[in-house]
Amino acid sequence: MFDTFRDWERNRHEYAKAWKERTGGKVLGYFCTYVPEEILHAAGVLPVRILGSHEPQDVTEPHIFGMYCPFCRDCLAQGLKGRYDYLDGIMIAQSCLHIRQAYTSWEKHRPTEFSYYLCMPHHVQSPRALPYLTEELVQFKAAVEEWTGAGITDAALDEAIEVYNENRRLLHAVYDLRKGENPPLTGEEAMEMVIAGQMTDKAEHNRELKKILGELPDRGNGRDTGVRLMIIGSEDDDTEFMSMVESCGATFVVDEHCTGTRYFWNEVEQRENRLEAIAARYIDRVPCPTKDWVERKRIGHILELAQKWNVEGAVVMQQKFCDPHELDTPAIRKALEENGIKTLFLEFDVTVPVGQFKVRVEAFLEMLGEEDLFD
Amino acid sequence: MATKQIYETRPLECWGKAKEIRQQYYRDYATAHERGGLRWAGGAWTFGAIPSGLGDDVHSLTSEPYAASIAADKDFSIKCLEAAERAGYARDLCSYMRNYWGSVILNEYLGGGPFPKPDFIWQDHICCSHAKWYQVVCDHEPGIPHFCIDVAVGPAGEINDNKLDYLVGQMHDGIEWLEQVAGRTYDDGKLIEAVHNECRSTSLWAEVCELNKAVPAPLEEKTMFSLYVLGTLMKHSKVVADFYEELRDEVRDRVENRIAAIPNERCRLMSDTQPPWGFLSLFRYLESYGAISVGSLHTFGLIGVWEDRPDGSWGPRATPQQRGIAIEDRDKALRVLAEWNLHKPEWQHFYSPHLKTEMMVRIAKEWSLDGVMLHYNRGCEGLSLGIAENRLGLLDAGFPVMTFEGNMGDEREFDFSRTKTRIDTFMETLGFKQD
Repeated sequence: MFDTFRDWERNRHEYAKAWKERTGGKVLGYFCTYVPEEILHAAGVLPVRILGSHEPQDVTEPHIFGMYCPFCRDCLAQGLKGRYDYLDGIMIAQSCLHIRQAYTSWEKHRPTEFSYYLCMPHHVQSPRALPYLTEELVQFKAAVEEWTGAGITDAALDEAIEVYNENRRLLHAVYDLRKGENPPLTGEEAMEMVIAGQMTDKAEHNRELKKILGELPDRGNGRDTGVRLMIIGSEDDDTEFMSMVESCGATFVVDEHCTGTRYFWNEVEQRENRLEAIAARYIDRVPCPTKDWVERKRIGHILELAQKWNVEGAVVMQQKFCDPHELDTPAIRKALEENGIKTLFLEFDVTVPVGQFKVRVEAFLEMLGEEDLFD
Repeated sequence: MATKQIYETRPLECWGKAKEIRQQYYRDYATAHERGGLRWAGGAWTFGAIPSGLGDDVHSLTSEPYAASIAADKDFSIKCLEAAERAGYARDLCSYMRNYWGSVILNEYLGGGPFPKPDFIWQDHICCSHAKWYQVVCDHEPGIPHFCIDVAVGPAGEINDNKLDYLVGQMHDGIEWLEQVAGRTYDDGKLIEAVHNECRSTSLWAEVCELNKAVPAPLEEKTMFSLYVLGTLMKHSKVVADFYEELRDEVRDRVENRIAAIPNERCRLMSDTQPPWGFLSLFRYLESYGAISVGSLHTFGLIGVWEDRPDGSWGPRATPQQRGIAIEDRDKALRVLAEWNLHKPEWQHFYSPHLKTEMMVRIAKEWSLDGVMLHYNRGCEGLSLGIAENRLGLLDAGFPVMTFEGNMGDEREFDFSRTKTRIDTFMETLGFKQD
């Protein structure tokens, strides 16, 4: 049932090249989910998220000091190795320092006809962020129009907003099915589904989502749900890890990742000023820890997810050296534990030691099982 | 190879005064409550001029220099680092933060006694850690009010009204917040005075650094660390602005009279990022080769504010007063403060390492350098950002580069012997021998 998503996710380059050939449109690679894709979609551009390939890095050492996260180095490696050579443009919306380096090195060493650094504000809890970002989007829209040589109309923005909002609603609908006692999809499948949406035409992704939504309620996936887990943390497209955990008597029923719920959780609410509406969506979205200050608003959201999806345990992961997540991890684990949800913390690299992690995951699941034993 | 010339050298006359200002700063903070005053904590990069509007009895503890001082006290530092690790914080996080948090968690102040808890936190956010540094402090000391300003609006060359409005808007909100938190009426006159002082002190520091273009250099970087720190403590104060004027005059006199920082200057280098604070004798080791670090973008541009001169050289930015810009009210003061700080050289690389490379190449040329020592500093993700690209850019521009890995605030991540060996190799490559 999830073969199409898996195919898109695993053969992302073939998909983008075929799209480009079919439509004659431009493809833009982006480095962070704060990029307002709606504007690109309205311009007829296909935004694709640049992700790594989970191979040991062998080309980025001269460009990024090894104390930065493996994910940013893996992303840059894709550019340096020419795997995204079909891109017409690249951009980043300001988030963490780590991924910024992948963008700036890529821009210098693999220049594309268009590159853009969007100064997405960090102080999203300030009332000053909305007018600021709105004006930044005015400038961004103008830059895209100059690049593509065509204006972006309000009608095109409305259509893009609706396509993206529909995508968010559909993903919510699939995630809602995971609240049930026997979720009809695994965490691995959910991850592939969301990631596939980050690198494909959203209208096409919507069609596929509607198709599986029609079939999922009746799907018997032939597996025990086991322990209901949640996964929380930084960028994570490690489907191998998800698969390993779900082979140990557990199911990830929900996540809090930028490759998951953080990406699609909230919609654009229509306003007369379309760019202001888009700006509001990105300011109000579930924040990346880089922007979750002065209050830590993300923790309340995580607890709500855990409660609504009836989570028994949480894997709190992060990319090695990810400062923003490291700064939140102790507070998140404390909040979860205080609410009766045990946590397992794991640090990910480009490749994960599946064998070692399996031992730790099994011990964690066993510990959760013991709780039931002595209740 | 250059001939072995010996220059006259002598200690700085104002050295003792710099030390006294620093010591008084930490005493003032610790004892503020005894005099009915207020204490605030925040980063060295924060807009410290703004809380000045609450009165003359409002004293700060800036986090980075405090943590650097801890780092130089190796016994206390290891206690702090381990306390932070026991509390669950990753060892690869900013070592300034971990030293600072450790001091809070242990409730031990470097100067003795319990950690003097601030009345409020006044921070700014440019790297991933700045705002969150104090989130963690508040986790351990609940109830401290915390305000933080986002300054990440892009490089100086792209400043426009929208970007300034965002910053200035947050500053206005911050002043309303300060009034509520402190229960005091804000004095715009004191703000205006502090803004003038900040522009004066940061321009003067750039002028001091510019004087180091002279051969022989009147200052070496180890000394400069002890001088620029005053700007990281209270760049908006009249005390620091006046001191930097006195320092500028003395350094100018040294240049005119060819008074050198080291007697045997033969090789001119610059470093990058904060040094490993517990191992500043590294700079003395350089001297055995007649090598001097004349500064760095860090020492020049963390505090100093610069501009292009008509002749194309880099010099201190003219202050608003020197440019005839009148500051009549709060909004104008905040706008000047925001615009001034956005020109800080040390803020530019957050948007592109290539902007930093341009400045480093410019320093290498204008300060007549023979080579560059880059500290790949595991302790600071903010200032090590893009450092590998800086290396490539400097090499492209024809400057020899040596790198060494370390950590500004965690001695467990610095290998002194290995670093000295790298220096030996670098010096040999450059053609310099030990005296």
